[in-house]
Amino acid sequence: MSEETNGHRKNLFNVGAIVRGLTTTFSYMFKKKPTVEYPSVRKQHAPRFHGLHELRRYADGKERCIGCELCAIACPANAITVIGAENAPEDRRSPGERYAARYEIDELRCIFCGLCEEACPTDAIVLTPRFEMADYRRGALIYAKDRLLVPPEAGVGTPPDERPNGIPADLGGVYRRKDTVSIDEGYEATHRGRILKEFRRGLPLQPTQDIT
Amino acid sequence: MSAVPIWLIVLIKAIVVLFVVITTFAYSMLAERKVMGWMQLRPGPNRVGPWGMLQPAADAVKMMFKEDLTPETADPLIYRLAPFISLITAMGTFAIIPFSANADGTLWSVGNVNAGILLIFAITSIGVYGISLAGWASGSKFPLLGSVRSTAQMISYELAMTMSVIGVLILAGSTALGDIVGAQYRLWFVVPQIVGFVIYIITAVAETNRAPFDLVEAETELVGGFHTEYSGLRFGLFFIAEYLNMITVSCLATLLFLGGWNGPFGLASYGLLGLVWFVIKAGCFLFFYIWLRSTLPRFRYDRLMNFGWKVLLPVATLNLILTAVAVAIRPA
Repeated sequence: MSEETNGHRKNLFNVGAIVRGLTTTFSYMFKKKPTVEYPSVRKQHAPRFHGLHELRRYADGKERCIGCELCAIACPANAITVIGAENAPEDRRSPGERYAARYEIDELRCIFCGLCEEACPTDAIVLTPRFEMADYRRGALIYAKDRLLVPPEAGVGTPPDERPNGIPADLGGVYRRKDTVSIDEGYEATHRGRILKEFRRGLPLQPTQDIT
Repeated sequence: MSAVPIWLIVLIKAIVVLFVVITTFAYSMLAERKVMGWMQLRPGPNRVGPWGMLQPAADAVKMMFKEDLTPETADPLIYRLAPFISLITAMGTFAIIPFSANADGTLWSVGNVNAGILLIFAITSIGVYGISLAGWASGSKFPLLGSVRSTAQMISYELAMTMSVIGVLILAGSTALGDIVGAQYRLWFVVPQIVGFVIYIITAVAETNRAPFDLVEAETELVGGFHTEYSGLRFGLFFIAEYLNMITVSCLATLLFLGGWNGPFGLASYGLLGLVWFVIKAGCFLFFYIWLRSTLPRFRYDRLMNFGWKVLLPVATLNLILTAVAVAIRPA
């Protein structure tokens, strides 16, 4: 074309570039492929990978969770629902006064940011490297205590004092943000919203079955 | 032998060729995905069957069970007919292409036609109708643009392609494919007709609407080009037609320039050995196609046209004239 510059015309006939390209693609054919064929070959995750949650226990088998709801407050996705209850003297679930009667995480809402982990004063909630939780039903992705709480034989851990980063002090900002959300308004569609509404209406509290 | 009626022999031959060609299509598709995968540092399809060998079967089943949609704005009859035009013309050429020959010169083809090369070009020219009618009858803008492009592109590149082939015909002194291969017994025509060969390769890629000349179905601009509206088996037919055209063009390159079923360096080969040579040569050409696709980006449309009319056609004509003069001067 007449308005095309010489540079353009040169590109059209740049056989050297085409040959170079062809040799490149040909040599790439025999290179080692970086693909990890996932279901049959599994890669080792980083130890601090943010995956499925886990509720931990103390070495004596008592639940770490004291039902303080700090994780639920810190959660930016409103994925966590905690309803605490007083420990009965004859059946103590946790070392403190209270324990989580219900503890449910909507893994579909969760963004795996790990803020719950940072907010927890007793290191009860942690993110594990487990990530394969796909299911055909949405309901199956609401993890309750029966699936979150580690079995007593598996769960022994360090006390919260040994936590290297300590407990984050600045929870106020997160708390205020939660205040802007009214439970009665756009909140109902979530699992957490429904549970809390039920709870406020004074319906009987049905603790989710746990394994202990 | 004489007890068997001729139509039965032809029918059996046709069925065998059809079966072989469709299988070749299926596995050239797999090979394309594999080779392109390797060139892009991927393993390619490897889930269905060992080494992905059953992928074509899985694809075929998928195609068959997809819904066959016809847009409301489409011209229903032509819309439904167009894929068959593409496919039938693509398949028709295999009736003429000889894959090998016996020692007495009998060709391994369904029909031995005197003007074989002309008939093949005539049939492939009709293939444009499949694409342009498909785009026209779809009743939407992207297919129409695709089909307009295809018509322009195919016409302008077919000229240069025919010009490049005429040089071979002059050298061979025949239009029968068997004679053309026979004339390359000592020296493949790729040597005296190197210019023609290069032009043939370029135009062949453009003729079959393959990358880097796949402007007909340029995904980035035209969604899917002429087959945007097609789905299910009808889309599959276009798909088959595209690959069959690729195979046809590869076979033609083998017959016209690479000595057909002759071995290299004057090594005579007939029968099955000839078939092996033929398959190796055509396979290399098919590989080149895939290689090219995974290497080069798509041409801009105006450059494609410029290249076809202002470069390929003059060079092909010049090559033709020089060949004609050389043949005329040199006593036969």
